[in-house]
This record gives sequence, structure tokens and C-alpha cells, in this order.
Amino acid sequence: MKLKVDRGFFAWLFIILSTLVLIFLQDHLKWLSTYPKELIIPFDHWLNLGMGFLITYFGWFFMGVSWLLEWPIDGVRFVLQSLPWSVVSFLICVFAFIAAGWRLALFALISCMYMVVIGYWSESMNTLSLVAISVPLAVLIGFGFGVWAFQSQAAKRIILPMLDIFQTVPAFAYLLLILMLFGFGTVVGLIASILYSFPPMARNVLVGLGRVPAEVIESGLMSGATNRQLFWQVRIPSTKRQLLLGVNQTTMASLSMVIIASIIGGTADIGWEVLSQIRKAQFGESLLAGLVIALMAILIDRATYGFAKNSSTYQPRSSMASWRYSLIAIAGAAIFFLLSSLIPALDIWPRELEINLARGMNEGLEYIIINYRAAIETIKTMAFFFIMLPAKIGLQGSVSPFTWGFELQTWHSFSYAIVLTGFSIWCGIRFNMQLGFMILLFAIFFFIGLTKMPWPAIMIIYTYIAWRLGGLTLAIGTFFGLCFLVVSGIWPEAMLSLYLCGIAVILSFLFGSGLGIWAAHNSTVSAILRPINDTLQTMPLFVILIPFVMIFKIGEFTALLAIIAYAIVPAIRYTEHGLRNLPEGVIEAAEMMGCSKQQLLWTVKIPLALPVMMLGLNQTIMYGIAMLVIAALVGTNGLEQIVYIGLSDGNFGLGLIAGIGLAIIAMTADRMTQAWSYKRQKDLDLQID
Amino acid sequence: MVNHDGGRDVKLSCRNVWKIYGDNSDSFFMDQDGKVDDLQEHVNKILQSDHIVANADVSFDVYAGEIFVIMGLSGSGKSTIVRCLSRLVEPTAGDIILDGENLLEKSADELIEIRRHKMGMVFQSFGLMPHLNVIDNIAFPLKLQGIEKAERYSQAERVIELVGLQGRESNFPNELSGGQQQRVGIARSLAVEPDIWLLDEPFSALDPLIRKRMQDEFLRIQSKLQKSIVFITHDFQEALRLADRMAIMRDGMIVQIGRPVDLILNPVDDYVREFTKDVSWESVLCASDVCQKTSGSLKGLGRVSADTQIDSLLGYLAKNKNGVAVEAEDGTVLGIATATGVLAALANGSSVPPAKVKVTK
Repeated sequence: MKLKVDRGFFAWLFIILSTLVLIFLQDHLKWLSTYPKELIIPFDHWLNLGMGFLITYFGWFFMGVSWLLEWPIDGVRFVLQSLPWSVVSFLICVFAFIAAGWRLALFALISCMYMVVIGYWSESMNTLSLVAISVPLAVLIGFGFGVWAFQSQAAKRIILPMLDIFQTVPAFAYLLLILMLFGFGTVVGLIASILYSFPPMARNVLVGLGRVPAEVIESGLMSGATNRQLFWQVRIPSTKRQLLLGVNQTTMASLSMVIIASIIGGTADIGWEVLSQIRKAQFGESLLAGLVIALMAILIDRATYGFAKNSSTYQPRSSMASWRYSLIAIAGAAIFFLLSSLIPALDIWPRELEINLARGMNEGLEYIIINYRAAIETIKTMAFFFIMLPAKIGLQGSVSPFTWGFELQTWHSFSYAIVLTGFSIWCGIRFNMQLGFMILLFAIFFFIGLTKMPWPAIMIIYTYIAWRLGGLTLAIGTFFGLCFLVVSGIWPEAMLSLYLCGIAVILSFLFGSGLGIWAAHNSTVSAILRPINDTLQTMPLFVILIPFVMIFKIGEFTALLAIIAYAIVPAIRYTEHGLRNLPEGVIEAAEMMGCSKQQLLWTVKIPLALPVMMLGLNQTIMYGIAMLVIAALVGTNGLEQIVYIGLSDGNFGLGLIAGIGLAIIAMTADRMTQAWSYKRQKDLDLQID
Repeated sequence: MVNHDGGRDVKLSCRNVWKIYGDNSDSFFMDQDGKVDDLQEHVNKILQSDHIVANADVSFDVYAGEIFVIMGLSGSGKSTIVRCLSRLVEPTAGDIILDGENLLEKSADELIEIRRHKMGMVFQSFGLMPHLNVIDNIAFPLKLQGIEKAERYSQAERVIELVGLQGRESNFPNELSGGQQQRVGIARSLAVEPDIWLLDEPFSALDPLIRKRMQDEFLRIQSKLQKSIVFITHDFQEALRLADRMAIMRDGMIVQIGRPVDLILNPVDDYVREFTKDVSWESVLCASDVCQKTSGSLKGLGRVSADTQIDSLLGYLAKNKNGVAVEAEDGTVLGIATATGVLAALANGSSVPPAKVKVTK
């Protein structure tokens, strides 16, 4: 095979050469390595000024809204708190039964008992009351925006990017905004959770309405439907399943945001409980409280998902069924109410009956840490010296007698350069040119270190890749996004975020794809992985942090592990899904040609599944960034930390700028991977839903 | 005003209808009547400016009580034209005359009224409401009109019987087979007792055996109801079975209109001939198509009616050299059909190249 020399080849060559030149020059031209301080545009300052203006002149409006919203929250909370726990638990079980049958009802019962026995009932109810108010509001708002975007192309062009922004700018960045406008209290959590959770609803409404088959619409029209009838009696009912999936996603988003928002305190809910226990380094307690959140999340998820699933399998059923359910619910609630006035333990669980598992857990943990300290430390330092540090400051900075056991000599560098250049040329000729150049570029990165690379070089590389994958529009968008990072002065932190998230994403994708391939060929593995994935995916992010902090203490390595634990899920899922849903004809044809299993996997299955796996990579990146923001709590140094500092210092502008920075990284990565995946799908003529 | 044509009422008339897709589709017509001097030239002009011509100058009449079939391959514009008839698709130019009134001049509200009372439509992939059970699906058009539940259920029950879906009332579409789903579609389109019945490839999504049975059902229903029907299909055999008259479409234009037998006997071009050549003529031709005028004596000849199919006559003609007299409905003799005449007609329709026959002295 010959290396094809074309325009793409020269473009890559130019990229590599200019990168090398810029690296060489940055020792001489200071502004190449660090963007001059004098030229930084003080966006954060302007934002703070604008904010001050807004509060001075319109503060009364927001406070009014806040006052209004306080009422329903207090109302629901009052009801949930004053009802005996036995009554609320019974109603939750009935709800779970209607949604998904006996098994979920049993799960609901166990979850409620756990909350009661462990002594977190009241905190759980506070969280639930916030969710109970936020979900209907978010669903309504999302529905409105979805319908509006569906009916007007102009509105759609504005609404879609807006949804993107609400979903990618980390909540920590606008929590402060809400706090400043609406004042301290539960309303902050409510509004944050509405802002974060209405986009999935809007998206599902838009998708659902668009997917109603043309013939269903036409048959509605031919039946003589007016516009209003067509909307409410044809479009909406036939997209019910999608709408309910939207409700499911909105509920989950709402719950996770209520938990995150408790970071500002004053809510006495379960999220606050977890956080304060982590801060006090009481890991047993924090894990127990975290488990409450996890149970709640799983329960709500399965219940709302159950409703969505049931909605598409219609069965002949009399309207008596729903009557019967309400009757059982009311009668049962009344019975438990009476019982609890006779038996006080059914009303308020007595303190002395609470079970405290935390102490035992803490002791067990201590035992593990003391006995395995050496092993834990070794893992930590190995990862740090051989992976994290080189990626961060490069081999040139990290190889020293202290870390690698020898000094980096010139001949080391030379042989590194020669070996990797040779390897990449071989790859370029043997496989394809792109791969060769990618490996070469990666080798340069690993030697210099991401944070030591001159910023213009990264801008050129990133913009070029965006251009190759997504065309001119994406390249321009990416370029200006990166410019924003540079001129607002947050470039160094952005690189720190990129470094941590990048390692996590690469590792997640590698291990996740491996597991996915295994699961696609082995039903046992698949059956074991599925519930683990489900749980990790529904688990609020806080909770995932806990076990890693317990064992590895705070620091970047803990953050890395937590990100991987969360971001590996989509990589596994999409790989398995992609491999299991290949066009059968192609596989059969390949088998008939006499493919061995290995050949079948590498030459047929994986290339065909690649577009789906790329969508998995896309999700891995998104999950990684979401977790990165939370991981700021355990001590990282990137943008996420600035966001967090902005929140705790009350510096709204600074936090928001950093938040936007993260959103830029997320959105460009999202667009690139999607563009790549769709291009491949089109080339391969595959249909992916 | 009602149009008359040879004593038969024209129910629905489609005149010079055009449907152009593109940014400036309206710019190609000065008048809305869709009449152009040179059809092909006009079409070329539109195509050259990057617009898509879905229908070009389509004209036909549908008589009261007849089955009018529009046959064409995919992309020939047949689905678009049936949607123009109901204004699901808005024609770019031309007129749609229903009962003497121009449908295109109706307001949105009037159109809804017309669809509620005069039109019924059946769709290829059924277009059932997934969230409604069988009886609610069928009663759906009645519900939209605001008819009481008891009343609309009793009306729906009547059409359920007509299509033979008794006992399935409370099933949902996802529990029914394709054939049953289409029965629901048919019942729904008939629930409002429409005058004009539009069927867009109603049986194309069904497998061949079911399709055959549904065609029989369809003919049975039509023999009872005598609707004016526009039936779209891509299947020439189906068109032959069902059509009173049919139109063949290509590239958005009508190539030929006529009775099936007219198309078979006199295809206007190779495109039509391509469809007709595989049809076995003896099953299509009638006695009247092969008989020759005669001034000779009719003595001793048997008599058959004009619409007798040829294949049922073959046995008789083989034995009776002199042939058989063909008489019209009123008893007048049209001519004599002979074995030679039949052979000549069949030879005409044969698509096999003639065998080489050696001539011996």
C-alpha cells in the first residue's frame, strides 16, 4: 500500500510542523506560552456590574416570584412532614405498583423502610417536596417550549441553543445568579432544578411531535379535525410515550439538581446531609445518606419509566381499573392513618429503634485503609507518575529520578522521537494517513504536556479537526469558542480541565468499549453489567464520589476515578447496543465467506458499529464533564474549581465565565463527535435511532 | 351545476392540476387554471429552475358510482394527486370540482365540513390512532363532529359489521394483523358515509393472499354502497381487477385514461404496453371485442351476450366452426365471433416473437 499524498496530507504536515515551530518559539516569545495579562478582557467584571444593576432595579420582581414560589413548597412539605410515615410509604408503594407492578412496589417498601429505620425520613421528605413542585413546573415549561419550537422554525432556532446552554453550563455557575436574584432559601434549589430539568422535556416534546407518522396526521385531517382537534386529539396522544419519557428524564434531572443545589444549604434535605457528612469526613454516614438518594432516584426512575413503557402497549381495559386503584389508595391511607394514631411508631419512628450502621462502616473502612495503605498508595502514585503527570506537564517535565527513577537525557528524547515518528509513519502507510498523524500529534502532546503546549498550537489543531469533521460552520464556532477561553484569561484552567477530563474519557472509552464488546458476545456478562450500569446512571453524581473519597482521600486521582466510574457507562452501553444491532444480512454474508471470529469482529462488526460507538463516545464526554464539575468538590484545579470558587466567594462573573468555558469545551466536543458519527452513518447507509 | 357526460353524472373532476415543489413554485403560472400551451416545454422550464414537478396538468373525471383507478410506479405522482383531491396537499394550479363546486376556493372551515361529510380516505400504512381501540378509531371522525358517544358507537357498529370486525371492538391497533388494521381504516373512512372515497394504495402493505381477499371484500362493499371511488395502486393486476376505468401516470403526468380493456387493446405508447404485455388477453377480452360485422345469415348460430369473456368461449368455438353471434343488451346482434377472429385478436396481444415458419411448396 502506498501513502496517498493529497491536500489532506499537506494540511496535516503543516499542522505538525507549525506545532513544532510554535513549541520551539515559545521559549523565546513569552506570549505564545501565556496569553499576556494586559490583554485579558474583564468579562467577569462586566457581568458583575450588570448583575448589580439588575438587582438594584429589578430585584423586587425576583423577590416577588420567590415569595410566590415559597408557598407551594411549604404546603407540600407541610403535608409530607405531618402525615405519618406509614401513610406516605403506603401511597408510594401503591404508586409504584400501578407504574410497574409488584416488584417495584416491593422495592418501594424496602426503600421507604430504609429511610425510616436509618433516620433520614424527614430529610427525604424535604427533598421529595422540592421535586414534587419542580417537576410539574418543569414539565409544563418544557412542554410549552417544545410545542413552540415545533410550530415555529424561527423559535426553534433560538430555543435549541438555549436548551444546549442550560444543559451544558454547570449548575454551580448559575446557582449564584439565582441565589442573588431570588434570595437565600429553598426557592434557589427549586429554580435551579427547573432550569436544569425542563430542557429534556422540551426536547422530547419536539422529537415526539415530529415523529408522528404523516399518515396519522393525514387521517386526522381527513376525519375533519380542526387545528385544535388535530393537536390535542391526534398529535399529543400518539406521541404519549415520548412525552412520558420526557417526564422521566425531567424528573431525574430535577432530583439530581435538587441534590446539587443543596450545596448552598438551608434546605435540611438529604443532599445537604450527604454533603455535610462528607465535609466532616464521616464516610459511613455520608454513604448511608447517599444510599437514600440512590434508592429514591431508582424508584422515581423505574416508576416514571414504567408509565412511559405501559403507555404504548394498549390493552382492552375497563375504566374500572383506575377507579379501583384510587379506592385502594384512599382506603389504605385512611387505615394507616387510624393505625398510626393507635401505634405511635407508625406515625413517627422512635429514635431508639433507629439503626446506626455508620460506626461499623467507618471502623471497617479504617481497617481496610490501615491494612492496605501500601497498596492504595502504590496505585495512586503509579497512576500519578506514569499517566497523569506526563499528560499534564509532559515527559520532559515529569521524568526525573524521583518519579521514573532516571534523569531524562537528550538521547532518551531522541530515541523517543525516532521510535514514535517511525511508528506513526508505519501506521500511516499500513492503515491510514489520519491515524498516523494522530499518533504523531499524540506523541508530541505526551512529550510536551497539555498545559505546556503553546495556546496558538492547540487552537490550530482543534479548529482543524473541527473543520475536517463538521465543516466550516463548526470550525468557525470552535475557533471563536477557543478565542473566548483565551481572551477571558481562563485558558490555563481550561487546559487543566481538558487534561483531567481527557484522560478520564480516553480510559473510560477504552475500558468501556472493551466491556461492551465482551457483553455483546456474552449474555452472562451483559446480564451482570446491565443493573450496574442502570444504577450508576440513575445515581446522583454526589453519591458516586463518596466511595472513592473514602478510600483515596481528596485529590485529582479520586476525581479521575469518579469521572471514569460515571463516564464508562455510556461507552459500555453504546458499544454493546451497536454490536448487537448490526444488519443481520451483512454478518451472515461475512460468516458465509468464512470469517473467523476475530476477523468478523475487527473487519465487519466494529467498523459497522463505529457510528454508534462514536455516539457513545459523545455521551462519555458529556458524562465526563458533568462529573468533572462535581469532582471539583474533592479538589481539582481546572475551570470547574473556578466555578466552585466563584460560588463560594460570591463572585458571580468569575463563576459564570468559567462555567461558559466548560460549556464551550462540552459543546465543541459534542458537535465534533456527532458530526463524525452522522457522516459515517450516511456513508454506511445505516439507520440509528 | 352538475356535469353530464354521456348521461352519467360527474362526481369529482380534476382539471389541469399542477403540483410543483420548490421555493418559487407559484411563479410558473400566471392564471390559476393551470392551462399551458406546451406541456412538455413548461415542465422542462420548471425542472431547469430546480423545482420538482410532482403533478403536471393532470385532468380526469370520476363518475358517480364508479371505481376510478390511478396506476403508476413509485414517484409517478399518484399519491400526490390523490392528496390534491382532498387538499391534504395544496395544488399549485388547476381546479378540483366536487359536485360542481371548486374545492380550491373553499375556506379552511368549509373544507373541514366537506371532509367531515363528503370524503373518506384510506391510507397505505393505515394511519390508525395508536391510542384508540378499534371502535374509538372508527368513531373518531364522528367524535370530532361532536356526536354523542351512544350515537357514534351505534354508527360505528354498523360499519364494523360491514367490514367483518365484530368482536374486535375493544382491541388496540397494535394487537391486530395488517389486514385487520386496514379493515379498521376502511371502516373509519366509511363511518361518516362519504360520497367520495379515496383509497391510497390500501392493500400494498399486505401480503399477496390477504391482498386478494381484501380486494374481494372491497368489491363486495362497493357493490352494496356504490360510492364514487378514486383508488391508487402500483399493481397493474390489482388495477385490472378493480377498475371501471383507469389512468396510468408517469412523471407526474397522465399517460392514458380508459377502460382496462381499452388500455390493453390500444396502448398509447411503449410505457403502457410494458404493463399490458404480460396480461393474458383471453381473460380480458370480451365477445364484443373480437366480433366482426356481418351481413350474412345468422341462422343456426348460437348467441352470447357482448360482455362474455373470451376464455369461457374457447371450448364452444373450437367445436363450432361458424362461430357465435354476439348480441347487445337490447338483443341487437353486434356481429359474429369466430375462432379465427379470436386467434387474430390473441395474436395481436402476444408478446412472443413469431416463430419461423418454413414455407413448403
